[in-house]
Amino acid sequence: MNASVIIFYIIAAAIIGCGLLAVTSLKIFRSAVYLLFSLISIAGLYFFLDYEFIGAVQIVVYVGGIVVLIIFSIFLTQGSGGLMKKPALGRIFFAGLATLFGAILTYMLINNQLFIPSNQQAIAPSVENIGAQMLSTTEHGYILPFEVVSMLLLSAMIGCIVIAIKVKTPELKNSVEIKEVEFGAADNHTIENTDIKIVV
Amino acid sequence: MNQFLTISFSSIAAAIHNWLALSIPNETLVKVIDLTITGVLLLGFLVVLCFFLGYMERKVAGFMQARYGPNRVGPYGSLQIVADTVKLLFKEGLTPKASDKFLFHLAPVIIVVASLLVMAPIAFASNFQIWDISIGVLYMSSVSSIAVIGILMAGYSSYNKYSLLGAMRSGAQIVSYELSVGLSLIAIVILSGSLQLSHIVESQRDGWWIYRGHIPIIISFVIFLIASTAEINRAPFDLAEAEQELTAGFHTEYSGMKFAMFLLAEYINLFVVSAIAATIFFGGWMPFHLGHWEAFNHIMNFIPGFIWFFGKTFFIIFIIMQFRWTFPRLRVDQLLTLEWKYLLPISMVNTILVTVMAIMGWHF
Repeated sequence: MNASVIIFYIIAAAIIGCGLLAVTSLKIFRSAVYLLFSLISIAGLYFFLDYEFIGAVQIVVYVGGIVVLIIFSIFLTQGSGGLMKKPALGRIFFAGLATLFGAILTYMLINNQLFIPSNQQAIAPSVENIGAQMLSTTEHGYILPFEVVSMLLLSAMIGCIVIAIKVKTPELKNSVEIKEVEFGAADNHTIENTDIKIVV
Repeated sequence: MNQFLTISFSSIAAAIHNWLALSIPNETLVKVIDLTITGVLLLGFLVVLCFFLGYMERKVAGFMQARYGPNRVGPYGSLQIVADTVKLLFKEGLTPKASDKFLFHLAPVIIVVASLLVMAPIAFASNFQIWDISIGVLYMSSVSSIAVIGILMAGYSSYNKYSLLGAMRSGAQIVSYELSVGLSLIAIVILSGSLQLSHIVESQRDGWWIYRGHIPIIISFVIFLIASTAEINRAPFDLAEAEQELTAGFHTEYSGMKFAMFLLAEYINLFVVSAIAATIFFGGWMPFHLGHWEAFNHIMNFIPGFIWFFGKTFFIIFIIMQFRWTFPRLRVDQLLTLEWKYLLPISMVNTILVTVMAIMGWHF
């Protein structure tokens, strides 16, 4: 048992332990923090395997992006400071059952897989190689999935902008104009007091 | 390069490593001792650095406001910061009763650890780096984003509405300004063709990028300065701890050494950001070379690399410190407008400019 095996088991224990804590903790914010530690440990595993690029991307995407978003939504939720309700017994039972079957399925898949070491020369996971592979149009190139994913992201971004954009409908302007005509120089207070609803 | 000055940081480090490897047979143990020495040296360096930066900040503040700054404790007030540290050490560390204790204690640790991790790929002198990782620039920008989690954690666990507001502001700020920082760094990555910091420094042997890349690189340098000042929560972007509105923002409830850790992290971040700017735009430890003036270049080579590195870094720290006393604080909406409507479009167009420049070979 050498040092690298020990380091691997420490990282693996951190991933699984933090993952378990994330689902069992009754405080929602702590769950998010444990999830964060689990994701950072996975990044640590990538660094340990010398896949530095993937590790850094893992941190950028999950830690800098997704967990921050989760934490923000927790901040904006009312009563997020209190303890969550303990799940009902039935739910625990079925969740345990689902986990058990999932574990068995994974075990069987791994068991059937023969891990034969490849004869091919390993390609260095440098940024140059990743970039070249990503944009390569040859047989094992990833140009098509890359472009499809970029289209997906573009449409998602446009969708976000469309949802977030402030629409100034022409009806609103008309109604405001009518209001001005009807009340003349009357200020906002009088408009509120007259109890007239302006339908947008 | 320097035939007369054979003693360099890299040779000292190599000598220590060789001596350890000779005297201790176990390879793993040698590695562990190497790492321990590196860690202790780094921490010692950072403590001294933070003392110096604290002193410098006050002196610069005095300079900008036409007053003396600290001038009572020690010669020219140089021991003032030591006195302050001793005061902080003896303060009681209070924990709010309703706070989430575990996260409350964890938050300053995360912030400090995040800023320590970013120190790893910084090249202090030729071949003198803790970790010459192949994705240096990406690593730095990714790891520095962990700090925002610490800030959010501190704000949430304090059970204080000011802390929470400060943390929310800081989260929005850091997440948005990260984009501009990344894009301005990409400009240099395009020109030098590598993410590795040692390669980027090496690519500036004939001239620093700020000169060789002329207009687009100067634009990206200015964007980097603005955006990174925002990312480390310094004035005029210190909305997260705006004293007049939020008492002290996300660290309102912290006192004693835990408060000192936030201060420590702030100064480390300031140094890291300036060191990145010095490395990327001003050539790191690379001396100032002028074209084919052999005699001039030779004289410049006699100045050791670490003096060049620290000179450039402290020049940029000085600029960032001046911002604090020059510009008024931005409002939240102005802050977000500045990033999303001005800095981000400018840096995107600038990235295209740099790409065209790199393809056409318009740089020097």
